[in-house]
Amino acid sequence: MLKYKIERAPAPVWMRTLIPLIAIPVTFLITSIIILLDGANPITAYYHFIISPLAGKASAIEVLVKSTPLLLTGAAVAFAFNSGYWNIGAEGQLYAGAIAAAWIGMTLKDVPPIIGIPAMVLGGFAGGMLWAFPSAILKVKLNVDEVVTTLLMNSIVLNVTSFLLNGPWRDPVSMWPQSPEIAAGTVFFKLIPRTRLHFGIILAVLIIIITWFVIKRTSFGLKMRAIGLSREGAHFAGIKVNKTVLTVALVSGGIAGIAGAGEVAGIHFHLIDAISDGLGYSGIIIATLGGLHPFGVGLAALFIGLIDTGAQTVARQMGVPVYLGDVVQSTLLLVTLSLFVLQNYRIRRVK
Amino acid sequence: MELTLFLVGLIAATLRVATPLIFGTLGELFSERSGVLNLGIEGIMFLGAFTGFAVAAKTGSLWIGLLGAIVAGGLAGMLMALLSVRLGVNQHVSGLGITLLATGISLYSFRVIFGESKIPPSIEPFPMLPILPELHVLAPITNQYLLTYIGIAMIAVVWWVIGKTRFGLQIRAVGENPEAADAAGLNVYAIRTRALVIGGALMAVGGAFLTLAQLGSFTFGIIAGRGWVCIALIIFANWQSVNVLFGALIFGGVQALQLRLQTLGFKLPYELFLSLPYVVTIIALTLAGRNASAPSALLKAYRRE
Repeated sequence: MLKYKIERAPAPVWMRTLIPLIAIPVTFLITSIIILLDGANPITAYYHFIISPLAGKASAIEVLVKSTPLLLTGAAVAFAFNSGYWNIGAEGQLYAGAIAAAWIGMTLKDVPPIIGIPAMVLGGFAGGMLWAFPSAILKVKLNVDEVVTTLLMNSIVLNVTSFLLNGPWRDPVSMWPQSPEIAAGTVFFKLIPRTRLHFGIILAVLIIIITWFVIKRTSFGLKMRAIGLSREGAHFAGIKVNKTVLTVALVSGGIAGIAGAGEVAGIHFHLIDAISDGLGYSGIIIATLGGLHPFGVGLAALFIGLIDTGAQTVARQMGVPVYLGDVVQSTLLLVTLSLFVLQNYRIRRVK
Repeated sequence: MELTLFLVGLIAATLRVATPLIFGTLGELFSERSGVLNLGIEGIMFLGAFTGFAVAAKTGSLWIGLLGAIVAGGLAGMLMALLSVRLGVNQHVSGLGITLLATGISLYSFRVIFGESKIPPSIEPFPMLPILPELHVLAPITNQYLLTYIGIAMIAVVWWVIGKTRFGLQIRAVGENPEAADAAGLNVYAIRTRALVIGGALMAVGGAFLTLAQLGSFTFGIIAGRGWVCIALIIFANWQSVNVLFGALIFGGVQALQLRLQTLGFKLPYELFLSLPYVVTIIALTLAGRNASAPSALLKAYRRE
């Protein structure tokens, strides 16, 4: 009788880069089931999903707008994951950055942009860092699991935001719970007039390049990756594990905070309850899809930005619910994760 | 008399708020005792709320709706098992993936089935049990939904199943030391899968309670972090089923008190009250150290070499 045996056989390194590319068609195949359930044609739907947004100039720019915060949350999560620090809190750190930026925007009255914009960026970074701090310090000092604490910090900051918007920061002239508009000098300048594309994307690309440089080209990055591979191993190699992890966790929070500052200073000009709506969680998808490599993260963020824009196109053109975008994103995450594991297995016939 | 009415109302509301948390936390307890942190809980509760509502609305039967929620939750638990147990994918990321997927599918299906109507669709929810006559002073406390009673009874059931049965012993064994359990002839994958399926079903019932009993309608913000509260409660309960009751009641009590004081005209920063369980959990984690009584193999994928 023939028998099959599954055994571990590590795949070559180049496979890792191919996996996201295989995952995309697999995901489309799976999600076409629910498009069919809605009575729509999956092929037309996917045309509107990934081709239509790129066909027009306005919608192509919108893809970049949507990608801006995603580049940052993706970079934030990937930075932390590289050293094995499971920061699930990018969502909360983004909110904290947005709160800090909104505060700076309300406080600074007549500043020139040359001061206002850097203040917003630094404020966002500081806000995100501050929000990442409790989880990070508990992790290194008392070995408290960071997954649960970063996750709970997300819930806390949502309540803090809604407290500020319904109480002390509520803009009295607005019908909606939102903070007063930020000062003109703190608004991120537009890259293309009459679009929403703003300075944030330059910042995001710059940060992607910097994280790449730090992770791949500095001794600090080498330590980070060593800790990511094996905390004990790194410790025995003489690396100051706690100090490195603390720094990584705080910088990761700071990067996510800049994403929040960008949404306030470049898109909304107020703090609102729905400033994020899951951008931090998408960051986890993007980091995974990008194989935790900053450049992979950059491509993945653009792709998820495309899906976010495409979901709206599909909804407009075909009446398919816009939430198809969420389903595609999450399926893509699960498929990619599975493929990353499966690549290490071979089915072999045994006698 | 004023005070009696206030207290009776408070206790009644506490039990209502606690019900979905009891189901959710018991579901998470099954998962975690077998060694799997299921961060899919937030989405599975949402899926349960949606499926229960949609099936009940389409079949006209609340019980079939509840059954639908149980099946959907079980399937989501099975998907979590496929990813985190069979394939050994990182539990945090796969759990969050399940939450995102379950939420997305629910939102998508809700729009497909019910369209984008101005008036949200609603159903006639489960009635409260008429245990005491309506005018009796204690009636608000005793006359709860059947699901609330089932939830409280379920704590005893779960305590018995995990603590006293062979299946419970197997769950604890694979959660504490999967290598030894395997050596003793247990199928680690199968036991963890079963625990996750049961856990998913319980989580979904917690969500379905909101649509089928408490509200009679489905809104997009219906779960609003209740799943994360359950993750907090389980740490607070030190992974013991009986403590789940106290945790859920304390949290439900704070929540109910805050709502009551607000309706009485007290100006409270209620949003900050809502953060309390999270803050308390982080402090509890700090004092106890998560690793003290968590199942030893929690978060570790088991690989059979």
